[in-house]
Amino acid sequence: MMRYLPALAAAVFAVAVWQLIVSLTDLPKFILPGPLLVAETWWNSRALIAEHTLITGIEVLIGLGLGAALGIVTAIQLATSRVARVLVQPMLVFTQALPVFALAPILTLWLGYGLWSKVAMAVLIIYFPVTSSFFDGLMRTPPGYLDLARTMQASPRAVLWHIRIPAALPNLASGLRLAAVYAPIGAVIGEWVGASKGLGYLMLLANGRAKTDLMFAAMLTLGVFSVLLHIVVRKATARMAGESG
Amino acid sequence: MNSAPEITFQGQATIGAAQLFAPLSLSLAAGKWTCLLGGSGVGKSTVLRLIAGLQTGAVYDGSITASDGADVAPRVAYMAQDDLLLPWATVTQNIMLGARLRGDKPDQTRLQRLLGRVRLAEHADKKPSELSGGQRQRVALARTLMEDKPVILLDEPFSALDAQTRADMQDLAVELLTGRTVLLVTHDPGEAARLGHSIIVMEQSGLTACPPPQADVPRKVDDLDTLAAQAALLRLLRGEAA
Repeated sequence: MMRYLPALAAAVFAVAVWQLIVSLTDLPKFILPGPLLVAETWWNSRALIAEHTLITGIEVLIGLGLGAALGIVTAIQLATSRVARVLVQPMLVFTQALPVFALAPILTLWLGYGLWSKVAMAVLIIYFPVTSSFFDGLMRTPPGYLDLARTMQASPRAVLWHIRIPAALPNLASGLRLAAVYAPIGAVIGEWVGASKGLGYLMLLANGRAKTDLMFAAMLTLGVFSVLLHIVVRKATARMAGESG
Repeated sequence: MNSAPEITFQGQATIGAAQLFAPLSLSLAAGKWTCLLGGSGVGKSTVLRLIAGLQTGAVYDGSITASDGADVAPRVAYMAQDDLLLPWATVTQNIMLGARLRGDKPDQTRLQRLLGRVRLAEHADKKPSELSGGQRQRVALARTLMEDKPVILLDEPFSALDAQTRADMQDLAVELLTGRTVLLVTHDPGEAARLGHSIIVMEQSGLTACPPPQADVPRKVDDLDTLAAQAALLRLLRGEAA
């Protein structure tokens, strides 16, 4: 419990600052609602918020799973094939230069209003960090290990499986941790562009009706969800990263 | 293990337009320790890596042959200054790495015997990070022996150890590598004087064979002959007349 104390203290501090600003400026509540009002709205709309959180959560988890799997496969392909590196790597970098946000409308057009356009956004946004961090790890195997494997007459496949991949797992872990932070952003962007469900949709809806308190409640829920997801992924990848726990 | 062959190395190496070492001829006596002694950058590790069939930054023009006519590279086991233990694998898994990489069934009896001989039986399931430097280098030695190759290439494997651990490792290595053709690359005259059945100093200009002390290897650390040989080797390395 002690280890969560600093986080709790930081949260209390943030809420206090928020309340202070509200009290000092006396802004109307549709501009800046106070923490108490937001908490009240959150509680009263808990069923509504839960419903939309569930949708966003599913989008994020599917996106995370698919994006991570795609990224892992791509990184291994790139690391083992020079042809793949020549053909695919520049394209990968180029697609990163495009703002993913700009792709959201076209994805909605292609995949419809439902779940999959948001999943696709989440996948797109996490694909590159996962691919590039894991690929970097695969290409930076300590050369001594490779020398040793060579004197042991190991095949490239055996070296990949028993040395290069395990040696790159800490890099993959940091890619996945980044992905856990990015994936909810991707899903919410997708929901902003066109959706009838999800926290992003709820935020937009509340904002449009000047229900700023509900907007804040949905936004904070998204924040808490993202932080929890990050913690879960961090724990799940601890062994991978070579941490003790 | 087949009986250990004599290895003959004959050639020169260049890096771009510059010569790394002039044409030289080195032979590793069958079943004996040859110590190749030299300063940094004279190319002694390159010689070892060429024999091991590893990549070097240099272009090699020459031959590497065994007295029995078979290929050399597939019959070497290699040990470097860095113990090269995989941090995610246990002691046992590290020792069996070669079998695992080749998809062979590991020889459990041999493994148990080796663990005992390097005095690591009670550490078999530990990770390398739980071991001391000397213990880690003993795991590396066991891994090298597990390969059961007739030719052993040692690239300064003891140079990162403290003095007493280094002497222990030298004794253990001589004991366990008996009968194999060993090339030890080192920059430590004391190590060469203790371990070499033949001692060769490598300089830019070429190789100089130095007479080894009389006693059998591993020579005692306080053997006067050995200490005198060590001093003579150091003088040679420093460019003084012997």
